[in-house]
Amino acid sequence: MEPRPRSFYILAAFFGLYVLFLYGPTITIGILSFQGPGGGLTFPMRGTSLNWFRELFETQAVGDIWGSFRRSFALGLMVMATTVIVSVMGGLAFRKRFIGSGVLFYLAITALVIPSILVSLGVGLVFTQAGLPIHWATSGFGAQLTWTLPFGLLVMFAVFNRFNPAYEEAARDQGASAWQVVRHVVLPIIAPSLMGVALFGFTLSYDEFARTLLTSGSYNTLPLEIYGMTTNVTTPVIFALGTLTTAFSFVVIGAFLLSVWVMNRRRARHGSDAGKGV
Amino acid sequence: MLRYLKSPDVTGWLLAAPLVLVLAVFLVLPVLMIGVVSFWQATEFSIVPALSLENYEFLFGSAVTYDVFWNTFRYALIVWALTLGIGFTVAFFLAFHVRTLTWQIALALICTVPFWTSNVIRMISWIPFLGRNGIANSTLLSMGVIDQPLEWLLFSDFSVILAFVHLNTIFMIIPILNTMMRIDRSLIEAARDAGASGAQILWNVIIPLTKPGIMIGTIFVLTLVMGDFVTVRFMSGSQSANVGRLISNDVGLLQYPSASATAVVLLCAVLMVVGLLLRLVDIRKEL
Repeated sequence: MEPRPRSFYILAAFFGLYVLFLYGPTITIGILSFQGPGGGLTFPMRGTSLNWFRELFETQAVGDIWGSFRRSFALGLMVMATTVIVSVMGGLAFRKRFIGSGVLFYLAITALVIPSILVSLGVGLVFTQAGLPIHWATSGFGAQLTWTLPFGLLVMFAVFNRFNPAYEEAARDQGASAWQVVRHVVLPIIAPSLMGVALFGFTLSYDEFARTLLTSGSYNTLPLEIYGMTTNVTTPVIFALGTLTTAFSFVVIGAFLLSVWVMNRRRARHGSDAGKGV
Repeated sequence: MLRYLKSPDVTGWLLAAPLVLVLAVFLVLPVLMIGVVSFWQATEFSIVPALSLENYEFLFGSAVTYDVFWNTFRYALIVWALTLGIGFTVAFFLAFHVRTLTWQIALALICTVPFWTSNVIRMISWIPFLGRNGIANSTLLSMGVIDQPLEWLLFSDFSVILAFVHLNTIFMIIPILNTMMRIDRSLIEAARDAGASGAQILWNVIIPLTKPGIMIGTIFVLTLVMGDFVTVRFMSGSQSANVGRLISNDVGLLQYPSASATAVVLLCAVLMVVGLLLRLVDIRKEL
């Protein structure tokens, strides 16, 4: 292997600095959340303790954190499931040109680029004027989908642009129906990418702030609850909450990535299942 | 009947139906609603249907509007330049200097993971760093670079832009990396064989071929910054304004019609920028 050029080391250092910039602040609040009982929002650490985490579990101290966590978790799962199903169907639809597919594509792009406050404001207005109650599971759910669906769709585009249609043709030649082709050929092949779509669906919903702000009604989701805390909580308890929910996000992301890795490993080990039937 | 069901137009629409439904109810309808409400009038307690240009007259008649729009564009341009510089460099390193695909994927994932965590918390995380007694100030003080804490680190334009770059550089890295990975390596070898220097290869081969990725990243970053209101409110400590904040302030005062008028103007500005950029790149081909 040829020796690495000098530019490699300069760029590697730049990359390292960028990663530090990316994670540094998160690590800082991770450390500060273990501040002693007398400590403040910045260094120095006045001892270490689990005091601020303990305070999180005393419900009355800082609002309804656990309720908002349960809502965010449920909403994340709802958005995730919907995003996967709708994106796969949309991705399949866009494989062939149909009347209006161009318009629909640009509509999806519009959903991606439209300022989030417009979605929030507009959905809120539609629901109030129609006399429907504003609730995180209805208006909030729909508003978040306008952000997660385009991402899911873009992933599906990337997947199907690289999809070899020979597999489907082979299945069709063997007499498989359209549904059988999708169920036994297309879905198994794209399964790892679906985990990616699911990851986007869950995390983007779980962390969404702007689109939920005017569409969640009287019950806050977790990001709204945390944002509310920034105005009236001046102790490291907010860092403890931040650390906890970031750790939760890391666990979720890790679980998704691990499952993709396992899927790919299993696939590599088993190789082709030709001749084994379905 | 069966013949119609087999037509690609019908199957296309059937498969896309859920997507159409969601976008119709939660995107098209709300935007139309905002358009309509922008002509309504507000009383102290409610909003009443009307056909009045009052909101727009007030919006365009106020000097604040122009300042705020200018400020929004200024943030967008500065953040765009910074994210492009950082994003291109990072993507370039990953695509051309990291040698195995496994490492490329692993390092790209390291860059992506924070994107899947909470933006609000990532903004809060800057407080212990930039605050008056924060890490940056105490480090600079102990190094003797400054005699007293810098006041402009937190709750300033500086911190707003820092947070924007922190949150949005990933939107540059991934599209640029995606196009760079598809550049045929033999083109670079050919350029080197023909005697091109590293800088010439970068300028004449890699950058032109990376343009689509740069365009997609640009669309993301510009629209996210122009449409933001949380980052500016939080990181400026409510001292700076952009259009998003103008809208959310009106919403806070229940002035929905005037918020809607501002939103319509903002939407037009964003769509004009995107329309311009889309003429330079075919997104569907680039995925």
